Amino acid sequence: MELLVTVVLLTFLMAIAVGIIVLRDLLAGVILLGLYSLVAAGIFVVMDAVDVAFTEAAVGCGISTILFLGAMSFTKHDQKPRGHDSLIAIVFVVLAGGLLIYGTLDMPYYGDPNSPAQTHPELTQHYLYKSMDETGMPNVVTSVLASYRGYDTLGETVVVFTAGIAVLSLLGLIRRRPEDDAPEDAPGDIPRHSSDDSGVDS
Amino acid sequence: MAVLGLYNYWAVIVLMMAGLYILIARYNLIKKMIGLGVFQTSIFYLYISMGKVQGGSAPILDDAVPLYSNPLVHVLILTAIVVGVATTAVGLALIVRIYEEYGTIEEDEIKAIESREHDA
Repeated sequence: MELLVTVVLLTFLMAIAVGIIVLRDLLAGVILLGLYSLVAAGIFVVMDAVDVAFTEAAVGCGISTILFLGAMSFTKHDQKPRGHDSLIAIVFVVLAGGLLIYGTLDMPYYGDPNSPAQTHPELTQHYLYKSMDETGMPNVVTSVLASYRGYDTLGETVVVFTAGIAVLSLLGLIRRRPEDDAPEDAPGDIPRHSSDDSGVDS
Repeated sequence: MAVLGLYNYWAVIVLMMAGLYILIARYNLIKKMIGLGVFQTSIFYLYISMGKVQGGSAPILDDAVPLYSNPLVHVLILTAIVVGVATTAVGLALIVRIYEEYGTIEEDEIKAIESREHDA
């Protein structure tokens, strides 16, 4: 039954991915990406990864959709992505996918309790059966995240901080929408190289 | 049984390749970021499905639960989700700057502008 739910949701995910490829409208693509993240969060719940599902629904589906919509409001989002369907790309993608599928033939089956990842004595077994004594937290994910791999989480915070600085230094604090002082030239023309960088340096 | 046991991984690979195809074949830069998002989420899915144990439960310790899924992959993916959003934010900020500089976010038009500037 659980497997059936997973298979149906996965098929749904693949349909969404095909929709993202086929649709030319950018807004539809962003909305579908949000839906894709939400369905993925549902699958994570079925697969017992409740913490990941929370984060994916909040961050992957919420914040990234907002970021995309914000970026589209600063660019012209009525432009349709005009991609060509190049044969080389299709051949490359099918070839890479075929090689990866060949690689999965050695993988342990889904849900196998005896796969090496589950039985490693120093990692999973240690975390599952010793973490209560060592950290006192019933949620193993929290104890690994905050205690055993605390430096990893600190590094993650540094990455987010760096990304925040990068975005701020690229965009500045005050931003004007393209309608306010849009470049007059049509897309594809050489933009004016005047000195009005207003909005960037503020 | 082999098909059902490996269906997860095959679905992940299909999703991954869909993201890669969008990255290669679409010229619009925002569309490329969408493809990157599809690719990223499929990787998360690969890890989580490797950690699942049949009949297991979420790794929150309780005396009534006999078997848990692997908590380590959950931690790794929690970190990866947050880092992925940070990457997306920086990429989109770069796209906004590119739009301000070139007036377009289509890759082929940007290349045309660059070559014209190079000739001039």
